[in-house]
Amino acid sequence: MSRVLHYAAHPGLSTSRINKAMVQQARAVSGITTLDLYEEYPRYDIDIEDEQQRLLEHDVIVLQFPLFWYSCPALVKEWLDLSWEHGFAYGHNGDKLAGKRLMLAITTGSPQDAYRPQGYQHHEIRQFLLPFEQTAHLCQMRFVTPYVLHGALHADPLAHAQGFARLLEALRDDRLDLDRAQELTILTHDTLPIVEV
Amino acid sequence: MSDFLLLAFLFLVAGVAAVPIASRLGLGSVLGYLIAGIILSPMLAVLNVDVVSIQHFAEFGVVMMLFLVGLELEPKMLWAMRNRLLGLGGLQVGGTTALIAGVVWWFGADWRIALACGLILAMSSTAIVLQTLNEKGLMKGDGGQASFSVLLFQDIAVIPILALVPLLAMPGAHHGGGDEGHGASLSLVAGLSGWQTTLVTAGAIALVIAGGMFLTRPVFRYIAQARLREIFVATALMFVVGIALLMTLVGLSPALGTFLAGVVLANSEYRHELESDIDPFRGLLLGLFFMTVGAAIDFGLLFGDFAVIIGMTVGVMLAKALVLLIAARVFGLRGSEKFLFGLGLAQAGEFGFVLTSFAVANAVLPDDLAPRIMLVITLSMMLTPALFILYDRVIRPRYDREEPRDADEITEPGIAIVAGHGRFGGVVNRMLLAAGYETTVLDYSAAHLDMLRSFGVRGFYGDATRPDLLHAAGIDEAKLLIIAIDDKDQATELAHYVHHNHPHIHIIARARDRRHVYQLFAAGCRDIIRETFDSSVRAGRSAYEALGMHPFEAERLARAFVKEDRHALYELAQLWDPAVPDHINEPYRLKARELMTDADLRARGGAFRERSARGWVPPTEQDQAESSARDEAPEGP
Repeated sequence: MSRVLHYAAHPGLSTSRINKAMVQQARAVSGITTLDLYEEYPRYDIDIEDEQQRLLEHDVIVLQFPLFWYSCPALVKEWLDLSWEHGFAYGHNGDKLAGKRLMLAITTGSPQDAYRPQGYQHHEIRQFLLPFEQTAHLCQMRFVTPYVLHGALHADPLAHAQGFARLLEALRDDRLDLDRAQELTILTHDTLPIVEV
Repeated sequence: MSDFLLLAFLFLVAGVAAVPIASRLGLGSVLGYLIAGIILSPMLAVLNVDVVSIQHFAEFGVVMMLFLVGLELEPKMLWAMRNRLLGLGGLQVGGTTALIAGVVWWFGADWRIALACGLILAMSSTAIVLQTLNEKGLMKGDGGQASFSVLLFQDIAVIPILALVPLLAMPGAHHGGGDEGHGASLSLVAGLSGWQTTLVTAGAIALVIAGGMFLTRPVFRYIAQARLREIFVATALMFVVGIALLMTLVGLSPALGTFLAGVVLANSEYRHELESDIDPFRGLLLGLFFMTVGAAIDFGLLFGDFAVIIGMTVGVMLAKALVLLIAARVFGLRGSEKFLFGLGLAQAGEFGFVLTSFAVANAVLPDDLAPRIMLVITLSMMLTPALFILYDRVIRPRYDREEPRDADEITEPGIAIVAGHGRFGGVVNRMLLAAGYETTVLDYSAAHLDMLRSFGVRGFYGDATRPDLLHAAGIDEAKLLIIAIDDKDQATELAHYVHHNHPHIHIIARARDRRHVYQLFAAGCRDIIRETFDSSVRAGRSAYEALGMHPFEAERLARAFVKEDRHALYELAQLWDPAVPDHINEPYRLKARELMTDADLRARGGAFRERSARGWVPPTEQDQAESSARDEAPEGP
């Protein structure tokens, strides 16, 4: 069993289709911690002590957000900047997150074929996520292949959201095959390498 | 009666006419008064006025000034000054006495006369120096502090000198008792033996200190509750006069006594109120004093013996400046501060007048020498403003250019004045203190201040709407004024006064309601905080959340509401006119209606909500379709 900490972060959750459905499904998963970051800190007054305590108490950190301008929404960045401190997450004595897993669950507006050298985004999606990947490495964490939904404006919310719930359960029960996942660029609801018991 | 009125009128006319001109020419008020006195002197001679007795009366201004100086000086600051006080002061008095006495002796005078001359001329003029330093804002600098130390030491030194002078009496030349200067005719210590005198004197000082510490606060609180301004002023005067009287009775300098009382009261919440009450008396009396100095010049004697008198004056001032500059070097005064100290104290002073007449009465000085010494003292005082001008225009600019200013030149950090320490001002004050800022709190409730003191908050009693009290609280040096007094009209008046008279000060005003916002806006205030608005908005936001709105959306909606509301308030505040009733003020009425319609639309159509949710909204189907038709990047990242 792993202790899973799931943060959802969408500043306009009421206008969202996919992310709202994901949050609803995640809330139904038992035995994990799931939080809406914009609900926790509507005024951006992040409590560093609380957040670090939460990070210490979990083994898997899942960040769920829509990709805005090739990055996370502002509050996620603020949360990272403040709570992933020097001396805690990295740097001298900064090994408190070592050995934990970091996973992203993102949605993009563009379709999958936009994220190719020939596509209009010109780069693979993983290229845009490099800052997060390197953040995990600097903190001696394992960066798990992200759970991605492209073309989110037209996609079916339910399939992706239910897949997300299964993913969270698998992470909780250590049934996600991390090595097999690592061979893939992204994970989707129909390519989850879950080990059935 | 008519004599008194005539005399008062003459002095007032002379002062009112001369001082503003002198100030405008940059000569300082002291020189203006002195010139006014000179102009007056023929008239006073015709009227047969006893200028010297007026001067003795006016010297009380010096006593008041030292009380005020004491109020500015907390006991721990006085203690920190002790080395300079004794060292610099001792060096100055001892050195100057020795030098002048030596020169006089070298000219062939008896050593006793020489020593008396030295002692008399070693004194400087507290009145002129402190007045000028305060006027020019030099009091808190290094040179100003050193000058003050020396003046205070001289005040103390006068007591042993008065005891010493009779011992210098010329054998055989006995004048026989006579009038002892302007000493008190009453005395508590006459006929007592040495140790009894000491005991009574120590008792008197202890009484002043104990009275200042334990008696003044209950008395002032009692008076403050009556809220009668003139009785408070009368009480303040009563204290100062009473202390001066007590000191005179035991043969101490009254200025020294009131100075001590001032120091004791420096920590009191009534300090600023006392300052502003006593200050006008001090100003008027000192002005009168300077005029009498000018009027007392004996031109017959001066022109009869011009070269000698001028020579003596210049010689005395050179000697004093020399000793002062040496002392300044020994005590490490640097740059222009050294010259401020050296030139500023180079004159002889009013204590010299006292000592001279005392010496004549005790047959120490021959009758023909005394008037000359008096004249030299007067002339040296007349020349002092010129030396300050020399310092201001020639010496300081040179040093200002040459060396970077010392860090301790900044006399006081940016101070915030908090007017009204209730529920509102109290929070502001606590926040400022928590962040390490210095504040001066003014409040008109003695009981409330007592409560604050018990929690360690320093506040001062007084009506913040009074300009003189604001002045005493340091409005000239302050950066910020927080108006948090309860009375709406008084708050507006205060904002208006400070905005127009101290435009450099940032004003943060607490408004009681919307109408008060308009009034404060019209008074020139631009940082206006409605006292209940922010908490109401928070309550509204809590209501949104309680009704199931996402907290972040509630926050955004609340912000949008604040923005719209402030915008409307700002628009209306610009149109509002205190002179025109709202229902007649056409532009105001139209704008108010327009804004109201806006609000109604919002309520019905939810346009407000839609606007505040702008951002993070995905493009609509139609937008997407149109952009794919033009083969652009349709959905963004």
